[in-house]
Amino acid sequence: MPVSETKLLMKYADEPGYTPGIESYLAVGGYEMLKKAVGMKPEDIRGEVKASGLRGRGGAGFPCGVKWDLVDRKSGKPIYLICNCDESEPGTFKDRQLVHKDPHQLIEGMMISAFANDVKFAVIYIREEMPKGAKILDAAIDEARARGFVGSNICGTGFSCELIVHRGAGAYICGEETGLIESLEGKRAYPRIKPPYFPAVLGLYNCPTIVNNVETLCNVVHILRMGAAEYCKIGRPNNTGTRLWCVSGHVQRPGYYEVAGITMGQLLYDLCGGPLPGRSFKAIVPGGGSMKILRYDEKFKGKKPDGAAYEYGVDDIPLDFDGVAAAGSMSGSAGMMVMDDSVDILEALANLMQFYAHESCGQCTPCREGSQWARKITARMCSSNAKPGDLDTLYDMAGNIGGRTVCPMGFSTTWPVQSYIDKFRDEIEAKARDNRCGMPREARLIQK
Amino acid sequence: MNLKPETLSTIEKIIPRYPQKRSALMMVLHEIQADQGHISDEAMEWVATKLEIQPINVLEVVTFFPSYRRQKLGRCWVRVCRTLSCGLMGAYTTGEVLEKELGCKMGHTTEDGSLTLEWSECLAACGTGPVALVDEDLFENMTPDKLGPVIAEIKKRAAGGVPTPTKG
Repeated sequence: MPVSETKLLMKYADEPGYTPGIESYLAVGGYEMLKKAVGMKPEDIRGEVKASGLRGRGGAGFPCGVKWDLVDRKSGKPIYLICNCDESEPGTFKDRQLVHKDPHQLIEGMMISAFANDVKFAVIYIREEMPKGAKILDAAIDEARARGFVGSNICGTGFSCELIVHRGAGAYICGEETGLIESLEGKRAYPRIKPPYFPAVLGLYNCPTIVNNVETLCNVVHILRMGAAEYCKIGRPNNTGTRLWCVSGHVQRPGYYEVAGITMGQLLYDLCGGPLPGRSFKAIVPGGGSMKILRYDEKFKGKKPDGAAYEYGVDDIPLDFDGVAAAGSMSGSAGMMVMDDSVDILEALANLMQFYAHESCGQCTPCREGSQWARKITARMCSSNAKPGDLDTLYDMAGNIGGRTVCPMGFSTTWPVQSYIDKFRDEIEAKARDNRCGMPREARLIQK
Repeated sequence: MNLKPETLSTIEKIIPRYPQKRSALMMVLHEIQADQGHISDEAMEWVATKLEIQPINVLEVVTFFPSYRRQKLGRCWVRVCRTLSCGLMGAYTTGEVLEKELGCKMGHTTEDGSLTLEWSECLAACGTGPVALVDEDLFENMTPDKLGPVIAEIKKRAAGGVPTPTKG
């Protein structure tokens, strides 16, 4: 039987007549959870979020409740909350939906989170490339302030928290939380070394700071509404709640789908309609451009509860954090890019290397130089000018970036290079050997 | 530097929102770029004084973030996404058609200052690629057969037919 979506965050947003205005949100019970929250003990809210098992939706999947637990509450310094809406990972477009269609859900989630963590100043850091989103949020905050849900004396309880929108300026690195904090302090967005200085202890202005993704903060509203126990029933243990999967590329119905407890095959076929007519799937990048690629025809080894081994394919991968990780990649930011048999995998890699070379912040030599090197080699190979040993150089060089930089973004170059070569070495080698250029001009993936 | 009164008034409102003045830097730069079309040396010095920091602190931010421009942007600013999802759906062909129809090479501003056309890295609308950001407006599914109305709109804006409130 075909699967359907499990709508929690987008339950109302796509309904006809639903607008980003506060009246729409109030009509469906909006801000009731904030009213409930301000009557609770902050530690009880934190307890619910922790018990819900909510994992951060930005990329790494770190448990939200544990992140909140790490906050230094005894320093005497103010605690800050930052919503990371600097959605720049190739393939990801969920923040745009949540912000454009239901901004008050995010504001309510942030205000509940602020109350739970004794935050008096919160920021939504939004991409410069989403100017309308910033305006929608500004207007929504004004509406919420006028109703007493933001600002002074929230819901008449004496709790106050300011919320502002801060616009980025086109840097992918601001998706990394410490780069974002530097940028918010009015500096270049160079990530900070961690450990030891995690934002929970030394973040914005060297004060304890929580940085959460848009989707994560929206979930807080629903955890409070449903209760942690009920929320845990959605999805699988350790992978609770729904996830907004963004599917782009070669499927019949690309778009965003809010799902829980389904497989990759169910998403690709039942919801996205399968491959384009006459085509077949070749490769899937499951969680945004930096994640390791999966060959559509590859097999994985699993173990049943009784210990018996079995083999499964891409279609059977459980579509959640642990399921995708067990297949050797990561669900990351849930931006799934699908490539069919028309794609030259080398060109796809060259396209991504162009992106990561452009977006390296330049602080660390391995990432700054390595990503440029990767861009040049892959572009050269795509222009039928491959040199002997190019592929080995590329592979070896990538291995010297990840883990040798201040922030984890070094892996954004490493993982695609290594996984594309691991999975498609024969194809890439043949093209390099024959100095063949891959895709027809109208479908090319890099500048020629 | 002749900032419009409304720009000055917005800047005055932005700065006190932050716990520390320097944090307002990016937002103030956005306002100046929207007003002037670029960030001049004079503007950087003005901002530095305003936020009680050194001009070098402003320069390092302006040169780090790709959305800030030291050269004047065209009246209409077109950014075409070329990252993988849009690429898979034909972004390079889209870019080629736009270059030809608009008479402007990628990465350039027309001599009359009417239009800036450039590639952009991921615009976070991958499900409806190829996409382009024209000033503040996102145009989706921009395959060559659907470009006619988009090109007409860009030409109208470049000719000054529509105000372009935000540049950055």
